[in-house]
Amino acid sequence: MASPDISSLKRDAAPPEPHVVPVRTYVIVFAALLSLAGLTTAVAFVNLGRFNTPIALAIAFVKMMLVLLVFMHLLYSTKLVRVVLFAGFFWLALLVGLVLIDYHSRSWIPDPAPWSSSAPPTHP
Amino acid sequence: MRNRRPALSEAYAPVSPVKEQMAHLLAHQFEDLEQQHETDTLGIWVFLVTEIMFFGGMFAAYTIYRSLYPVAFEAGSRALNVRLGAINTMVLLSSSFTMAMAVRSAQTARRKALTLFLVLTMLLGVLFLGIKGIEYHGEYFDRVVPSLNFAPQGEVLQRFTTGGLGRAELFMCFYFFMTGLHALHMIIGLSLLLVVLLRARCGVFSSQYYAPVEVMGLYWHFVDIIWIFLFPLLYLVGGRY
Repeated sequence: MASPDISSLKRDAAPPEPHVVPVRTYVIVFAALLSLAGLTTAVAFVNLGRFNTPIALAIAFVKMMLVLLVFMHLLYSTKLVRVVLFAGFFWLALLVGLVLIDYHSRSWIPDPAPWSSSAPPTHP
Repeated sequence: MRNRRPALSEAYAPVSPVKEQMAHLLAHQFEDLEQQHETDTLGIWVFLVTEIMFFGGMFAAYTIYRSLYPVAFEAGSRALNVRLGAINTMVLLSSSFTMAMAVRSAQTARRKALTLFLVLTMLLGVLFLGIKGIEYHGEYFDRVVPSLNFAPQGEVLQRFTTGGLGRAELFMCFYFFMTGLHALHMIIGLSLLLVVLLRARCGVFSSQYYAPVEVMGLYWHFVDIIWIFLFPLLYLVGGRY
């Protein structure tokens, strides 16, 4: 068995310095999160008909992205982490989507006649 | 341990003095601290994905019943205390901010700041649970707690019966299960924070080794994200106009 190529090992390199996000960024994101929380509460007191829920969910989505990208360092993370997270959301979309399709398409096909109303099976 | 194969980190013994100091931080199965850190982070992300699916089941069930019984869900939502819910959202977002600052303090090796921000995060977490407890208490006395004390009176009863009393009760079940599961995650998070705090007090963490703080932060932010969705879905469905 060939010995591994050790020239590529970073054995002399000093440990990498972590990516430090400036305090300013955290404060700005925090302020944005608080304002969005206030906004979503305020919007609930205004009658926008069918648009209330989509707007609330859109605001929640923006808040989630802010937390994910900055607080959870997704902006600076490896691609592998992003793929793993995307897979999670993809599976969640499958779960919710397929279950909703099931529940809302059940009425499309009329119920078959119950067993009791048909003629009893005859045996030879 | 005599016949143990030497780990790569031992075979290619650290040469630089920086690495020599860090050698005790490196578990033997890893090449270097960077690889170890990436593995730690990926591990918690995989766990968080399983948590997405765990909460996802509840969110899926909620979506179905909300689309089937929209009127009852709106009536149920209006029985909740939106003011305390909004305050709790702010409290939890603040705790996420202090947690992010704690991770940053660990990265920059500011030990005192790390302790301070961890303590602040814990205090805000406890405050959240306290406010949640006050809400539960109020709902118990409004008699809208399914199976324990469900006999709404007056205006609440009137609103509940418009969409069907049983269906409004179903909404309250969703409310208690979803917020209860979230609160359970907060309690687990607070216990883990205590462990991280004690280790930080012992001076375990440095700018080269802070993965436990970061992993703790990722979990805490995830619990925050769950609440970011629970708040509009449970408190704001009914509209308050």
